[in-house]
Amino acid sequence: MIRISNVQKAFGSVIVLKGIDLTIEKGELVCLIGASGSGKSTLLQCINGLEPIQGGEILVDGISVHDPKTDINKLRCKLGIVFQQYNAFPHLTALENVALAPRVVAKRSRAEARALAQKHLEHVGLGDKGDSLPSQLSGGQQQRLAIARALAMEPSYMLFDEVTSALDPELVGEVLETMRLLKSEGMTMVVVTHDINFARESADRVAFLCQGEVCEIGTAEEVIDHPRKEQTQKFLRREKRTPLEIVKSSVA
Amino acid sequence: MQFSFANQGLAWSDAYFLAQGLLNTVRLAAAATLVGTLAGIVLGWLRTVSVTARIATAPFVDIIRSVPMIIQLILANSFLSILGFGASPFWFGTVALGAWMSAVTAEVVRAGLLSVPLQYRKSARSLGMTGYQELLYISLPLAFRTGLAPWIGLVLSLIKDSALAGVVGYIEYMRSTQILITRTHETWLLLMGAGLFYFLICYPVSRYSRRLERKVRV
Repeated sequence: MIRISNVQKAFGSVIVLKGIDLTIEKGELVCLIGASGSGKSTLLQCINGLEPIQGGEILVDGISVHDPKTDINKLRCKLGIVFQQYNAFPHLTALENVALAPRVVAKRSRAEARALAQKHLEHVGLGDKGDSLPSQLSGGQQQRLAIARALAMEPSYMLFDEVTSALDPELVGEVLETMRLLKSEGMTMVVVTHDINFARESADRVAFLCQGEVCEIGTAEEVIDHPRKEQTQKFLRREKRTPLEIVKSSVA
Repeated sequence: MQFSFANQGLAWSDAYFLAQGLLNTVRLAAAATLVGTLAGIVLGWLRTVSVTARIATAPFVDIIRSVPMIIQLILANSFLSILGFGASPFWFGTVALGAWMSAVTAEVVRAGLLSVPLQYRKSARSLGMTGYQELLYISLPLAFRTGLAPWIGLVLSLIKDSALAGVVGYIEYMRSTQILITRTHETWLLLMGAGLFYFLICYPVSRYSRRLERKVRV
């Protein structure tokens, strides 16, 4: 369980998070939606300690992320994260990308790490791409590689930070498919997304963030189809006007 | 009565003398490259991680990079001699050239490390790697790719600058050529020969680096 209580975060004088409270239960998929600059991505990076916080506390399985006494590297093994930009290590092949952390962080043997990497590459549908360099893969394949790399540490939670935003429209589908697969296997997921349709279909709960606060939270049906707050309604009206629908229909 | 020196013209024994000079040049260049590069990597890394280290090492880097090598060699030699260090000319040369190499390599390493996109470093840390593991497995290999070509340029510079080590009494290739010129007055032949051999040392280095660059390109 991830328990976020009263988290405050500022970049210099700009306050990004103004006291966020959010609890993510085991096995749940929670989507964070909201306008650009509402603090969604920042919150996600706070959860695995990549960003320091100025107030409040984040507990992952009861361990405080920002406590200086916490072994953050050990805790991060529980929290896989995939970012918006493709960031497969460019000097390593797909297989080496996935095998690196199991070998050097989890201290598995070279052969064990490679076998594990191959298993996770197959899991995301890249079983035959092990010897390819990231530069030889498409954007969608690189994002699936990033997912496999995170999964290879066998995390209890997966965090997704707008993983489809940088992709060509025709490549969005394969990445979302992989995420649905993880969801069906019972992975606990926190997904920052602009894809309202994905949120509606897949999320157990949706949280709408607005100006550094959780403005509205509930099931997808409550928040997306019957929003109560005015800001949520305004945001969703704007989002639905975007060419997302066109994109989706061309993918299907 | 006419004076004549013995062995005034070039003799075969001079080839042996030159070969020794050539070997000394290679030895000095190799030692200074090794010392300078290792020190430069550490210095360059230090300069990226700590502001204090950057400020503290700035005078060293700036002075060494901006003062002509020949002045540094002479000053270092006099200074060390006054202090009573009786090291061999080989070590004076290695220290002076190695210090230069470390300063310029440090800047190449620093630029290489700074060019590693933040997202790769973040990804590495998010997988649970420590800062050192990230440096070892991600940042340094990527910085190596950016820094290889400029670093090879520095090595070639160093090989040529080693010709100045003659001023501290080290008989490297250039010095041995000069000694022969003084005796035989065969200036053209000897200098062309010296130029050719410097080329023969440097060219394989640059060829090899081009192959290496092609291999590690990402």
